[in-house]
Amino acid sequence: MKTSAKKTKEKKREARPEPRQMENAALESADALGFDASLLLRSSVSSSLPIRAKVVKKEEENDLVSLLTLDVQMPNAMPGQFVMAWRPGMDEKPMSVAEVKPSLQLAIARAGPCSERLADAKVGDTIYVRGPLGKPFWPVGRKWLMVGGGYGFAPLRYLARVGMENGIEVESVCGARNKGLLMRPGPGKNHVTTDDGSEGKKGNVMAVLQPLLSSQKFDCVYSCGPERMMKAVAEVCKKHGVKSQLSVERYMKCGIGVCGHCAMGGWLSCVDGPSIDGEEALANPAFGVYHTDRAGRKIKY
Amino acid sequence: MTDLSTTLAGVKLNNPLVLASGVRGNNAGLLIRAAMEGAGAVTSKSCSLQPREGHPNPTMMQKGDFMLNAIGLSNPGVEDEIGEIKEAVAHAGVPVIASVYGGSAPDFEKTAEMIAQAKPAIIELDASCPNVHREGEMFSSSAQSASGLARAVKTRLKAQAKTASIPLFIKLAPNVPDIGQIALECQKAGADGITAINTMPAMWIDVRARKPVLANQYGGLSGPALLPIALRCVHAIRKKCSLPIIGGGGVNSGEDAAAMLMAGANAVSIGSAVYYRRNAFGEIRAELQEFMQEEGFARVSDIRLEE
Repeated sequence: MKTSAKKTKEKKREARPEPRQMENAALESADALGFDASLLLRSSVSSSLPIRAKVVKKEEENDLVSLLTLDVQMPNAMPGQFVMAWRPGMDEKPMSVAEVKPSLQLAIARAGPCSERLADAKVGDTIYVRGPLGKPFWPVGRKWLMVGGGYGFAPLRYLARVGMENGIEVESVCGARNKGLLMRPGPGKNHVTTDDGSEGKKGNVMAVLQPLLSSQKFDCVYSCGPERMMKAVAEVCKKHGVKSQLSVERYMKCGIGVCGHCAMGGWLSCVDGPSIDGEEALANPAFGVYHTDRAGRKIKY
Repeated sequence: MTDLSTTLAGVKLNNPLVLASGVRGNNAGLLIRAAMEGAGAVTSKSCSLQPREGHPNPTMMQKGDFMLNAIGLSNPGVEDEIGEIKEAVAHAGVPVIASVYGGSAPDFEKTAEMIAQAKPAIIELDASCPNVHREGEMFSSSAQSASGLARAVKTRLKAQAKTASIPLFIKLAPNVPDIGQIALECQKAGADGITAINTMPAMWIDVRARKPVLANQYGGLSGPALLPIALRCVHAIRKKCSLPIIGGGGVNSGEDAAAMLMAGANAVSIGSAVYYRRNAFGEIRAELQEFMQEEGFARVSDIRLEE
């Protein structure tokens, strides 16, 4: 896709980091984690049609979340990517990829009528998935820390598994409001926090994160969860001089970078993200301040 | 030396590529981004008097050379949009085209008058969205309703000194018997330019689900498959109408853009190419320049069909 005409005039536009830098990072990430990087190139995407998927296994992961295993092989869906999940007659919603082995898994939290209907799917029921979409997390260094809030831990557990299989040292902080909303732990060492102290350390993830960052040197902190939590994580990482990556989402419609609805300023969560460098997120004036509703109105957090 | 600049109703563009309405234009940040990526002008997502949530998902499907969307004109409403357009006008560095939509002519008039406060370079009337009307009810479906709308809004804008000079474009739909006649009547009614085309009404069925894929059942088709339809429409408009034309529909390369200019367009809108190309504006602009050099075209206005 590269054009031969590389003029000095073009240089000015290249100065903008996204989206190509993100794309390159994603390609590196694919290579480093043993995925076929060519599948990530937008030009090789031939269709974005729903794929029929049968629920082959269903586990109630906690009070809110159903873990659905689907009969779909999506080996190139990387940690941090998502699929648009749909049951005919209902809205279609982005769901992060929770695992691809033995087949595609989605951890679906009952957050609204659509996700409730998806989470209520029984073994043998059919849902449809479109994807994988979006930019995955990319690897930084050899020692990672996962910081998940609530069901945001799902993609991090997958990332932790892939990282450890590639010789990365991984620890996880998994937080929730209470014991009933905790996700299952990831591989490696896990630290648990609950707001009400019903399990693990009482408090939010910061109660564990701060001392961890003070006592150990991590190469990168990966975080997914409520946006204000991720903002706090990115800020404390910045303070400690540690790289961070977050998974930031806005109300999504097309999922393929055309409609523009999921914008956070000039950044599109469906194709420039959801994975984003922590410092890049902190530099975005909308991050942690407002999101947008179905009409595109700004809603303060 | 090739000169990529072009002019639309007195508005100067440094290159003929225009971000189409409804594509990555929902806020100032996105409009500024398209300008940085190389667009010669940028068009905002259509805004209406009141906020609109649009249709439920699925609102998009894509397969090979086409995609269907039925977003349903979701937008935060003109009051919020004024701030976004102001910011884009201040920082994009290229002309900003504000697209407006209304359910009635008075809604269009009021919305256009309000958005004019933000001083866009051009106001574009979205008279042709296929996803908010039953077929046959778009303003651009007939010469009478399209020109009536253009006249009403133009009269309203001319009534005030501050808004009188803003050029008014009207965006037309391809699914009409005589698009050239519609454009001609809009010209007579006072429109300053034509944007063509909107998407083509279409549908997709998932045969395994035995359901239409889009929640709205019908959507608008765009992507490279739309290009031949768009070329024919722009050519038909040019035969009857002498207004400047922003021609678009499936333009995905420099040669596609050249074809659109040969069909009679003065500028070329870019939409679904943001999906198909990694850097649509930068790449298509470079390809168009290369084409002009190879074929010996000095200026954009020289790119015409052989007489």
